[in-house]
Amino acid sequence: MAEMHVAKAPAQKRWKALRKRNRIIRDFKINKYIYIMAVPVLLYYLVIHYIPMYGAVIAFKDFSPVKGVSGSPWVGWKHFSNFYDSYYFWRLIRNTFLINVYQLLFAFPAPIIFALMLNEISRQWFKRTVQTVTYLPHFISIIVVCGMLVDFLARDGFITHVLVWFGLEQTALLSKAEYFRTIYIASDIWQHIGWGSIIYLAALSGINPELYEASKVDGAGRFKQVVHVTIPGIMPMIVILLILKIGNMMELGYEKIILLYNPNTYETADVLASFIYRRGLESGSEYSYTTAIGLFQSMINFMLLVMANYISRRLNDTSLW
Amino acid sequence: MGVKKTKNEYVFDALNTGGLVFMMILTLYPLYYIAVASLSHSDALVGHTGLLLKPLSFNVEAYRFVFQNPNIASGYRNTMLVVLGGTFVNLLMTSLGAYVLSRKQLYWKNHMMFLIAFTMFFSGGLIPTYLLVNNTLGLGNTLTALVVPTLISTWNLIVMRTSFAAIPESLIESAKLDGAHDFTVLFRIVIPLSMPVMAVMILFYGVAHWNAWFQAMIYLRDRNLYPLQLILREILIANSTDAMMTDVSSQDKSRIGESIKYATIMVATLPILIAYPFLQKYFVKGVMIGALKE
Repeated sequence: MAEMHVAKAPAQKRWKALRKRNRIIRDFKINKYIYIMAVPVLLYYLVIHYIPMYGAVIAFKDFSPVKGVSGSPWVGWKHFSNFYDSYYFWRLIRNTFLINVYQLLFAFPAPIIFALMLNEISRQWFKRTVQTVTYLPHFISIIVVCGMLVDFLARDGFITHVLVWFGLEQTALLSKAEYFRTIYIASDIWQHIGWGSIIYLAALSGINPELYEASKVDGAGRFKQVVHVTIPGIMPMIVILLILKIGNMMELGYEKIILLYNPNTYETADVLASFIYRRGLESGSEYSYTTAIGLFQSMINFMLLVMANYISRRLNDTSLW
Repeated sequence: MGVKKTKNEYVFDALNTGGLVFMMILTLYPLYYIAVASLSHSDALVGHTGLLLKPLSFNVEAYRFVFQNPNIASGYRNTMLVVLGGTFVNLLMTSLGAYVLSRKQLYWKNHMMFLIAFTMFFSGGLIPTYLLVNNTLGLGNTLTALVVPTLISTWNLIVMRTSFAAIPESLIESAKLDGAHDFTVLFRIVIPLSMPVMAVMILFYGVAHWNAWFQAMIYLRDRNLYPLQLILREILIANSTDAMMTDVSSQDKSRIGESIKYATIMVATLPILIAYPFLQKYFVKGVMIGALKE
């Protein structure tokens, strides 16, 4: 038996390879135009997304634009260890981490709670009005939102004044490091709470009404129904969005940070992405150093995503792949 | 529903409704404040503190400055160019990709899908992308640099593919038997049958171009090429309304500057805020299609 296998294997292998080649050729003939269509699309992805992935090797070189990527000398892990040893390392890690954790704690659940509140409204016109109004800020550009924040939170801005009634000192709030994260998260909630709720409302409308009837028979009040029927009903959606959020943790929302921070607030506001922009493009051109930081950030992102996906698959069978 | 509410349910409903009304006020008031302040007289505005309920000594002088400003006009022009041209190319490229990925019997389909989806989770980073676009491709200081790096949004591509894949295969097969090749199928059958998703894509890409500023900031050096959002950034964040008032004495500048800021926000935001209620259902549909995929 064993000898027969040995004798047959190469022939079988060749036969398989041949069949595979024939299939590929046939596929190309039948789908010729489809592959022609794919050319510009793949070209875009290769050039715009994959060349920079190759370009990231400058993190291990001393890049100079004159010499180009391949001509610049290798320096190994120099930029990584420089970054690790620098004063900025822990500050950037801490700020990036904290803003994201606060976002997960406050900005992530906000649209869920909002959707649950909306779901309890039975008058359709009222529900629609609330939706139309709260979706609105999502479409205002980030520049305008930040412009409004700069103005309203200035020393004589109207939000500052309202807060002074509640006992806060009168000061330019955006120049105080201790308020930056609160401002960042609160304005994020303001802008996206309505829009973020759409996806949950869709999931809510898919819950079987019989479940509510059954829980009513069991004597559950409205609040208990929310806890025992509604929330479990949208749990898969919550988990998927949470995984995606965690996967993007490290690079979220740096545009807003660049617009709102200033040297007074770097202590709490400066994150990895804003540091890369500032030192790489704005006030310096430390290309290799900042690329190394960018690579470090991408790696952490990727690991977080894989981890979140793994945990969620173990816990409740919901995962991205 | 004919079922009598208990006292607890009345309390629950009242608190819930009250909470939502409060949230509507929180959402709308800042926008209302901008509108009212833009119509106020600058002197009155500077002396005023706290909340505003109606315009202080109604006046539209600020709008005169905004409309006369050449930067705002050129900003609007550049933005419109990018929105129209960019969105068109976005749609073309995304439909090509979506059609390819929606075909079922394609040998390399999964390989292509992996190649594309991988970019959602890993990227070369800001600096290598900048060096590619600015140095290697030589697109620095051109409006093309605002379009090329974002030709396809992978998320939108997947949404469109889902929608294309829902078109009955028999329809496409019979067209092919009649001698149509894939380009004809895409442009004559698939796209006309997918108008709702195309509308959603126009809106998503269009709004993204309208709001974009970061790429413009890093790639453009020539002020004549600045899109509206970059001009807004100078006025609102860097606080320089000076350039708008060349014929005004310096002590008046800081005074008028205040209401000009609000008028600028209005001029830049009103088009979207007016169009938005009519387009809302398409946006919502777009989010739903995206959610279905999951």
